[in-house]
Amino acid sequence: MEAGETRFWEAIRQDFPTLAQQVHGHPLIYFDNAATSQKPKVVINTLSNFYEHDNSNVHRGLHELSNRATAAFEGARQRLASYLGAPPDTIVFTRGTTESINLVARAWGDANVGKGDVILLTEMEHHSNLVPWQLLAGRKAAILRFVPITPEGRLDLEKLDTLLEGPVKIFAFAHISNTLGTINPVADLCSRARRIGAVTLVDAAQSAGHKPLDVREIGCDFLALSGHKMCGPTGAGVLYGRRELLESMEPFHGGGEMISSVALTQSEFKAPPHRFEAGTPAIAQSIGLGCAANYLDEIGRQRIFEHDQELAFHACSVIEQIPGAKIFGPRDTRAGVVSFVLGSIHAHDVVSMADQYGLALRGGHHCTQPLLRKLGVPATARASFYFYNTPEEVIRMGEVLRKIHAFFA
Amino acid sequence: MNIEELYQEIILDHSKRPRNFGTLPDATVSVRGDNPSCGDEVELSAKLTPEMIEALRFTGHGCAICMASASLMTTKMRGKSRREGQAAIEAFRQMLTAPEPGETPSGFGDLLVFSAVRRFPQRVKCAMLAWRALEQALSSSPTRDVTTEDGDAL
Repeated sequence: MEAGETRFWEAIRQDFPTLAQQVHGHPLIYFDNAATSQKPKVVINTLSNFYEHDNSNVHRGLHELSNRATAAFEGARQRLASYLGAPPDTIVFTRGTTESINLVARAWGDANVGKGDVILLTEMEHHSNLVPWQLLAGRKAAILRFVPITPEGRLDLEKLDTLLEGPVKIFAFAHISNTLGTINPVADLCSRARRIGAVTLVDAAQSAGHKPLDVREIGCDFLALSGHKMCGPTGAGVLYGRRELLESMEPFHGGGEMISSVALTQSEFKAPPHRFEAGTPAIAQSIGLGCAANYLDEIGRQRIFEHDQELAFHACSVIEQIPGAKIFGPRDTRAGVVSFVLGSIHAHDVVSMADQYGLALRGGHHCTQPLLRKLGVPATARASFYFYNTPEEVIRMGEVLRKIHAFFA
Repeated sequence: MNIEELYQEIILDHSKRPRNFGTLPDATVSVRGDNPSCGDEVELSAKLTPEMIEALRFTGHGCAICMASASLMTTKMRGKSRREGQAAIEAFRQMLTAPEPGETPSGFGDLLVFSAVRRFPQRVKCAMLAWRALEQALSSSPTRDVTTEDGDAL
């Protein structure tokens, strides 16, 4: 990395209070960003400012604080809309990716998927893009199909046309695999699904904060993301849905905020997106997510992507020097997620010991049990990077992993 | 707390060279235990009489803590009465989960190395897996599998 670039990222790192601490007597190295990212001061301040000055419910008060809260909340919706290249009324605030996908599986799936219909997924899906579809298939006697992965950890696209034959109603897939770091060709997948009239859903949990994203370029029908993986607070995420689809859908949850009129035995519902936002939303968190989207765009998402990818390549070269190490996933283009095993040392032993050196890794199945079965390992260790991580931290990880290898060898 | 207190020499030795690894041809009961969060699996094979734990073996794979715990358990519990076995399971569980360190259980010997696990709450399930399988084997419905995902049961 050249000097100017290094200084730029060093300054950015100062925005994150959690990173400036010692863990077990060592400087914290936070490499668990695929699980959740750290939060910059500007997002933390947005939360405390809201609670200190503007806290109120939205869309119902006629008083000043409610007006301010509503303006900020709807402003965040507009911010997320422009972040994704979508109109504001196609942005539904949810608790996160999981709730977004469950919303589609229920509100769209129950009305559009029937007996014998096909739900197409991939072998690399996170449980959150698997279990909601299993439940839908169970309710409707529908059939689940899976795009297999190649030994390298990419989708086997030669099989896709065959898999798209027959009554395929929806094709749902991850943009970036949280275990392999694979970046899927989402625009191509969407266009091939569209050709046969299948609806598409992109799980953007791992991509939304890590690379440029525009639903017009992707051409998807639905896209789900989690705010907490992109510098936002927990409890706020987004479902993007193409307007015609959202308008055709029945509500997901019933309650306040989502109705236009209520009688004792029946109700009329608001138009999207509010139709899908029953009850008091995560107001402060959603406003915080809007702030996070701003923050990321000020840095530049392409710049973030290149930084993450550089750290991932660096990490692969550091890890593969350790005897017995095996890295999963593609070795050329990849996101900042690196899963690996160190010989026969169990991932939990690696991660527990790494923690004693202040190095936060994830160990386990990463909510992708079917994928790990396919890879033939019970668990992997995973290092996942974000723009505040540094090449020095990657070198330090290599030193720690070598110590762990020597200890258990 | 230093990590070496968790991974003591006895634990590393038993995890690399597990004792009683295999199945008993004359087992009266076998119980499969799994920890889905990390993929640890232990299959305990036991020869039980109405009073005694006559022999124990295990197969499976898992982290060092899980494998060493299974290995040490099979060496320590073989030849004990059922009643002694049940008391040891409870004492082991207490040693791992009590909020404060309690009295040292008598007769534990090498098993005391697992007292350090108390300081690593996320590893308690690993150390308990084989013991839960033994508990199941000694219970009135010994053929049921056990999993670490039964709520808070440890």
